[in-house]
Amino acid sequence: MLKTATVGILRAAMTGPELEALRLSLSVALRSVLASLPLAVAVAWLLTRRRFAGRMFLDAFVHLPLVLPPVVVGYLLLLTFGMRGPAGRWLYEQFGIQLIFTTAGAALATAVMTFPLMVRAIRISLEGVDPGLEDAARTLGAGPWDRFFTITLPLMLPGILAGVVTAFAAGLGEFGAVITFVSNIPGETRTLPIALYTALQTPDGDALAARLAAISFSLGLIGLLVSELIARRVQRLLGR
Amino acid sequence: MFSIRALKRRDGFTLDVAIEVATSGVLGLFGRSGCGKTTLVNIVAGLLAADEAHVEIDGIVLEDSRSGTRLPTERRRIGYVFQDARLFPHLDALGNLRYAERRGRGVEKRISLDFVVQLLGLEALLERRVQKLSGGERQRVALGRALLSQPRLLLLDEPLASLDIARREEVLPYFERLRDELSIPMIYVSHQFEEVLRLATHAVLLEQGRVVTQGTLDDVSLHPDLRAIVGPEAVGSVLTATVEAHGGDIAGLAAVRVGANVLHVALRDARAGASVRVQLLARDVILATARPENISVRNIMTGTIVRIANDDADTDMIHIDIGGPLVLSRVTRAASAALNLQQGTRVWVLVKAVSIRGHAFVRNPPPPGTVRKLTY
Repeated sequence: MLKTATVGILRAAMTGPELEALRLSLSVALRSVLASLPLAVAVAWLLTRRRFAGRMFLDAFVHLPLVLPPVVVGYLLLLTFGMRGPAGRWLYEQFGIQLIFTTAGAALATAVMTFPLMVRAIRISLEGVDPGLEDAARTLGAGPWDRFFTITLPLMLPGILAGVVTAFAAGLGEFGAVITFVSNIPGETRTLPIALYTALQTPDGDALAARLAAISFSLGLIGLLVSELIARRVQRLLGR
Repeated sequence: MFSIRALKRRDGFTLDVAIEVATSGVLGLFGRSGCGKTTLVNIVAGLLAADEAHVEIDGIVLEDSRSGTRLPTERRRIGYVFQDARLFPHLDALGNLRYAERRGRGVEKRISLDFVVQLLGLEALLERRVQKLSGGERQRVALGRALLSQPRLLLLDEPLASLDIARREEVLPYFERLRDELSIPMIYVSHQFEEVLRLATHAVLLEQGRVVTQGTLDDVSLHPDLRAIVGPEAVGSVLTATVEAHGGDIAGLAAVRVGANVLHVALRDARAGASVRVQLLARDVILATARPENISVRNIMTGTIVRIANDDADTDMIHIDIGGPLVLSRVTRAASAALNLQQGTRVWVLVKAVSIRGHAFVRNPPPPGTVRKLTY
């Protein structure tokens, strides 16, 4: 039932602008997750396992996007990564990389916004990994990277997967920071929510808006179901 | 030679110890909970940074604060069996063993997976998830895992403490096998004197972060501070003896030689010539000032009182020289006065055979590099 309904909705919706918005949203979410995952694992590890000066500051900084208006995040990105911003100019002059008004820029804005979600999920699972197991691995001759990849990482896998799925799902719908930073360019930065917003601003755009909303709804549902399935499978694998 | 010096101050607790013993055999690190045993072995393993430390095994310096040497744990080659086993939950038993085996590979290989499986009886457990193992089985797998990392020293931190008595009896024999059949030196941490008694060749008595006494178990068993830890009922001299005859007219009874005396001891599985350790609990040792006649007690020795110490308000702890080793006897003041016991008094020392606890014991483990009985 659910399957035929989904297929029906998708088939009906898979015309030009919807398909494009869906493809863009998926691409942006995927790229943001892939780019931020290693950093999120590193930050989660630092916050959980290390005591250092400025730890509280890092913790607060990572969580800022949760409490700031997304428009503010987009504005700050614009200041930093815009063509006249320090990082933006450097990237363009050194590597010819332009983030503003591009899909890559949309991915960056999405990554910043979803970063705290990812770090939180990973951190919770890392806190559940007994450091005593890492000590045990040390006594068996495993060096720092060895024990991270063979003990710590596999044991925090549930949190990583949860973080990835949550960040991906949230990333599909990131609006404020994206539109502020990379604007609303069809085929480049007009993701699902931005396309939906645009449709609402257009006369006779109601039907398109409804179809886009249906796609977002289905994606969200699928995401949640998939994450639940993965979580169960992983829990079993870890023997809990 | 194995030498440890460590100083560590933390929250009003100071650990300050110096230990030096022969590397061969098992060093029992004994003391009540919170005396610093685990802190000390963690410093030896390199898991805990000391304020000052010197850790040396057979001339290899693992840590020396003065010269700034500090090998990280992963390069110390010190096997560690933790109280809570700490098996990796995402691997099965075999996976845990393999994990250690792979990392011990760089080392000149001496202990193989097959050997460990055979020694510790792990065949049936290999495919099992570690969550499905009992407490005793977990400790056996943890022990096998530690061995496969090819350690130059094995630290056993209360490996039986989280097991009930039946499980303990199931695991202890494996530790005894390990001691008798492998040449890996061990430090066995326990707050149970019974375990130290069964396993250790030497013992260190630790109290509030300091070494009270160290030496052979025979010596340590006579130390007055032991009473406060094990309680008055468990005080007793430990004697190292040699089996002269076993079985004979009474099965399960062995004749063992201690210095000039032969004791009859309830003992299972001991061959003539084997080393055994017997403990004569002070409360079970009876003194007489005349030779007793018509009495069921099997062991009657003669000796001289060398010291009378206060035990508590009503009892004395009497030290008797039985021609070399010392025996302790706990008697009431009233009995002591009635018999007029004094230093230098000649006494008959009586102990029932059934009240002597004996443990088969290989006193001299094979020299490093050799392994007996089992081949691998």
